[in-house]
Amino acid sequence: MLQDKDRVFLNLYGQQDWGLEGARKRGVWDNTKDLIALGREKLLELVKESELRGRGGAGFPAGMKWSFMPKENDGRPHYLVVNADESEPGSCKDREIMRNDPHMLLEGCVVAGFAMGANKAYIYIRGEYWEPLQRLEAAIAEARDAGLLGDNACGSDWAFDIEVSRGAGAYICGEETALLESLEGKKGQPRLKPPFPAAVGLYGCPSTVNNVETIAVVPTILRRGTEWWTNLGRPKNTGTKIFSISGNVNKPCNVEEELGIPLKELIEKHAGGVTGGWDNLQAVVPGGSSVPCIPKPTCDSVLMDFDSLREAKSGLGTAAVIVMDKSVDIVRAIGRFSHFYMHESCGQCTPCREGTGWMYRVMQRMAKGQATVDEIDSLLDVTYQVEGHTICALGDAAAWPIQGLIRHFRPEIERRINEYTSNSAVAAE
Amino acid sequence: MPKLTINGREIEVPAGVTVLQACEFAGVEIPRFCYHDRLSIAGNCRMCLVEMEKAPKPIASCAMPAGDGMVIHTDTEKVHKARNGVMEFLLINHPLDCPICDQGGECDLQDQAMAYGYDRSRYEENKRAVPEKYMGPLIKTIMTRCIQCTRCVRFATEVAGVEEIGMVNRGEDAEITTLEQAIDSELSGNLVDICPVGALTSAPYQFAARPWELKKTMSVDVMDAVGSNIRVDSRSGRVMRVLPRLHEDINEEWINDKTRHACDGLARQRLDRPYVRGDDGKLKPARWDEAFTAIQARMKATAPERMAAIAGDLCDAESMMALKDFMTGLGVPNLDCRQDGSRIGTGPRASYIFNTTIAGIEDADAVLVIGSNPRWEAAMINARLRKRFLQTAMPVGVIGEPVDLTFETQYLGAGPDSLAELAEGKNDFAKVLQKAERPLIIMGSAVFARPDGEALLGTIRRFAESVGAVGKDAPEGWNGFSVLQRAASRVGGLDLGFLPQEGGRDLEGILQGCEDGEIDLVWLHGADEIDTKRLGKAFVVYQGHHGDAGAHRADVILPGAAYTEKNATYVNTEGRVQLARLAVFPPGDAREDWTILRALSEIVGKTLPYDNLGEVRQRLIETNPVFAAVDQISTEKWSGFGGRGKPDSAAFTLPIANFYMTDPISRASKTMAECTEAFILPKQDAAATG
Amino acid sequence: MKVTTYQVPETDFQFTPENLERAKGYIARYPEGRQASAVIWLLYLAQEQNGGWLSVPAIEYVAGFLNMAPIRVHEVVSFYTMFYTEPRGKHHIQVCRTTTCWVRGSDDIVKSCMQAAGISKLGETSEDGLFTVSEVECLGACCNAPMFQLNEGDYFEDLTPERAAEIVEELRAGKTPKPGSQTGRLSSEPEGGPTTLTEIQADSRGDA
Repeated sequence: MLQDKDRVFLNLYGQQDWGLEGARKRGVWDNTKDLIALGREKLLELVKESELRGRGGAGFPAGMKWSFMPKENDGRPHYLVVNADESEPGSCKDREIMRNDPHMLLEGCVVAGFAMGANKAYIYIRGEYWEPLQRLEAAIAEARDAGLLGDNACGSDWAFDIEVSRGAGAYICGEETALLESLEGKKGQPRLKPPFPAAVGLYGCPSTVNNVETIAVVPTILRRGTEWWTNLGRPKNTGTKIFSISGNVNKPCNVEEELGIPLKELIEKHAGGVTGGWDNLQAVVPGGSSVPCIPKPTCDSVLMDFDSLREAKSGLGTAAVIVMDKSVDIVRAIGRFSHFYMHESCGQCTPCREGTGWMYRVMQRMAKGQATVDEIDSLLDVTYQVEGHTICALGDAAAWPIQGLIRHFRPEIERRINEYTSNSAVAAE
Repeated sequence: MPKLTINGREIEVPAGVTVLQACEFAGVEIPRFCYHDRLSIAGNCRMCLVEMEKAPKPIASCAMPAGDGMVIHTDTEKVHKARNGVMEFLLINHPLDCPICDQGGECDLQDQAMAYGYDRSRYEENKRAVPEKYMGPLIKTIMTRCIQCTRCVRFATEVAGVEEIGMVNRGEDAEITTLEQAIDSELSGNLVDICPVGALTSAPYQFAARPWELKKTMSVDVMDAVGSNIRVDSRSGRVMRVLPRLHEDINEEWINDKTRHACDGLARQRLDRPYVRGDDGKLKPARWDEAFTAIQARMKATAPERMAAIAGDLCDAESMMALKDFMTGLGVPNLDCRQDGSRIGTGPRASYIFNTTIAGIEDADAVLVIGSNPRWEAAMINARLRKRFLQTAMPVGVIGEPVDLTFETQYLGAGPDSLAELAEGKNDFAKVLQKAERPLIIMGSAVFARPDGEALLGTIRRFAESVGAVGKDAPEGWNGFSVLQRAASRVGGLDLGFLPQEGGRDLEGILQGCEDGEIDLVWLHGADEIDTKRLGKAFVVYQGHHGDAGAHRADVILPGAAYTEKNATYVNTEGRVQLARLAVFPPGDAREDWTILRALSEIVGKTLPYDNLGEVRQRLIETNPVFAAVDQISTEKWSGFGGRGKPDSAAFTLPIANFYMTDPISRASKTMAECTEAFILPKQDAAATG
Repeated sequence: MKVTTYQVPETDFQFTPENLERAKGYIARYPEGRQASAVIWLLYLAQEQNGGWLSVPAIEYVAGFLNMAPIRVHEVVSFYTMFYTEPRGKHHIQVCRTTTCWVRGSDDIVKSCMQAAGISKLGETSEDGLFTVSEVECLGACCNAPMFQLNEGDYFEDLTPERAAEIVEELRAGKTPKPGSQTGRLSSEPEGGPTTLTEIQADSRGDA
């Protein structure tokens, strides 16, 4: 288990002052100027060396993403955009960072922004996060007053400022290009790639979009050294991660742990175990609603990092662990995700716009058993018709939970169909 | 020039093209719905998915730039499966109402479903229904058929420049809407063409015909002087609809709403037999010989200098040639084809055409519009200006009445004084024009219909030369001096010299002569825009196709053919000679116009020396060789034309009060009346009360 | 720069002087000429000023304020779930319905809220105009499920049906119920106390 001395988020639970004074006591804003003094190239090198992977779901190496930004400024401003549109069902970690330790994010913005040649960061926060928004705005005001932001941010001679932009209820705005559209005052419909944001992003300028947690951990990694960070976890799966454990556990919670911790250990140590005991476990969705669920036998041994979960045909996603015990109607539970994706589809491209509604409606019938057995394969086929054919990953995200369900729980679906069919046959007599 | 491999074949394509275009170069067809050559790329229909080696997922070929070394497959199992899947998704919520859909037979969805669709549906759920939307009198909506490709949104925003269509809601509830407003654009009819399904169809044409029943005639439009290329679709001797025909240098693939929708006017208020005014003062139906005899008797009794002829805006070159030959054969010197009273046209050709050419607009880097609303006088030219503006944000200055051209303009003043200020460099825009490499000066035809038209022509010519728009300071091959004519007949009429002959009177002279009793016989060849009250006691022959102003005043009416009813030559504002073709025959006893004159000339005893269309055209070419060069642009010689006088200070006024009704055909059109009611009257009311 | 044309409707809505200042402040967060970026902020202001919903004049006023075509603002309003084009209750209770809350009993929370508010159908407003109860998708407080959001503001977490009904009653009585966890958790630490960060001295509670 990760020791407290290796934890990055020291006020994850809001036990201490979230404001500047409290943050400083925890070491935030400590020698930020020196970090900037390392220079752009060195910073990029260090972040690459740390093997930090994006904490927003896709797990893309952060250093590589930053290095896509033009090295020279061609007259267009560069932008750092922080994705604080945390909306993945199961995920509630960024909220805690922003309301309990907002200065960690702000300091991360200054360092990351400098590393990519940006003088401005926008934090795009989901509209529902009212309390985190208030804290962020207050923290920004504090940081400006303290000269941590401004024309000479942290005394570094680097001009840097941060603004908050508020969303208004759209999961899709967590997709980086949809977020940029929304930030420009439009509907949040994902853009076609290429061009990628690093070439043509916010207002047509080079931009990098990073998750809150990704940005917030950067100063600590730099301060404590990449070796410290890479010693945590496994190669390519380095460091610590905030896990959101929800669902049928005795004590749902967010907790920062080392990447690669066994799922079982994570649940039992921090979340008080599965309700009714480990043997009462039915399935776990290990990385937020977009990843396929894994059944109990897999849960027994799987490690919680990007590559282990990929091997288990699922994914780490945002590390939002949704636990379902045997009392849960698993078909309805996944069906709720299908409703979610139908509701959140932006409607721009055909497979997602039409497919999410189709999948949801079939799932709804299947939950009641009101279907035929061969419809299971036809539903599976529809998920494959959506997957990989859309502009953004929402199509994939809508397809995967159903694929996971059918992969692991086909007998349950068939049982219901048969039961419904025989019941209605009896009723007809 | 990137080189890529498409289905095993290596091909080199121009830099900057997309994979979809590269596939087209390679002769590989890619199905698509949302992609359109002239609109921005949306990439939303996903029909054009292809496989690219090294890419984990199929790519949307319409949105992917073709890169060197790419390996593309369009014929794999994966691609077929992807396309089948997209097609299935498009169809699950699309109604099966093809038998009652006006798009049937020319529907992209129908066609592509044949190629990529499954033969049965797996969709067991209820289909979605979407409420209809109001988009104005020209567009009928059946929104349940919509496949959300957003072509209409992009067309309205980008090409038409009218931001009034959008897609509201999200997910499967996404809907195209105008918020129940009529789309206030003179290009709105094109929305119907670009809609790949039957969601937006032509309201005036609803349930009128099936595409396979129609005879298609390639022709040109005469509703303005642009000469948009059109296809006239007819059935059983009736024009059913007018569609655009591709001409990259003129109208690309668009037409304006009057071009498209005034065609119902061709079946209304028609002159389908000759009339002669009886002793009781009433027009009575007559036979051709009776009408001719009546005219012959009058002509015999009238001295040539007391006769005159005026040609209107829709006249073809052949009939104007015949009328000119007929009149001059009689010794009549009083001819004019400028029924708006324009003072220009007697000088070199460069003084009365749009020298820059329409396609040439795309080279301009600054524009000055004088006394014109190109949006109404030549909507396709305004569309081209807009296209150029979107490419380069070139500065556009306006002198005259302030107009909304859909894009940003700088208003410089109301009249010739503002022009003088510009010439003296008192306005910053003078510097803009001076600095520009290829400045373009567009003059509305109404500028020269003022009494000081001749002086204005000279003033503007000198100004154009001074800013390097034309002449020795202009780049080689650039002529930015462009007169925007608005009558389809005008350039042709001027080219063949339908003008006052030696000692003859011009329009004003003719009308004054009528009032003063010095002109006794006036031949109105489709001339309806003159003040007929000024014709005094003159004997009026009206030759034309519609019972409009001229016919009401006539003593003898000779029924002619409309532009869809004859093989005829028109010259557009660029000086481009184009041919209109007969789609249907003229109604009743009406005849092709030059044949009417040929027949009469024989009766009058001055037989015209041509017996068929070929001979008339030979005569045109003898008169002016430009008529031999069909669909070509000739570079006109530049010389010092125009008057030296000082123009008057009066502000420029715009000649068109209602875009939808400018000529006898559009005035007879029910559809144009509906547009007037929807778009023009509310603005006039607002102006009156506001 | 004007690149398109559109009809600019006259509206009888306008910002209060205070909101006008706030609106200008939001616009100033974005580069010059990018004022459209502030559209969501301004729509929130207009919605708040208009009593919790956006009328057509309010929407079109915002469009005019930002120099946007009205259709573009209508698109935005219809796209995001937190904008309402119909009036709703003074207290809009939005219960999270997504799987994580659902497995912890969100259905019962919905029932309880509806009953307490006197509403028989989801999305409806109570006759007294005080309450609207809706189900919404994941609000991102999964470790404190089940929960609901009140209007565009506070979260009420770790709910039981009984506590949810009490909150409704408190609102009806004009009181301000305490937001956050209803079982006394500080935020999303495990119930009964953190399993980590135990060495960190809880030296200050801040105002969390």
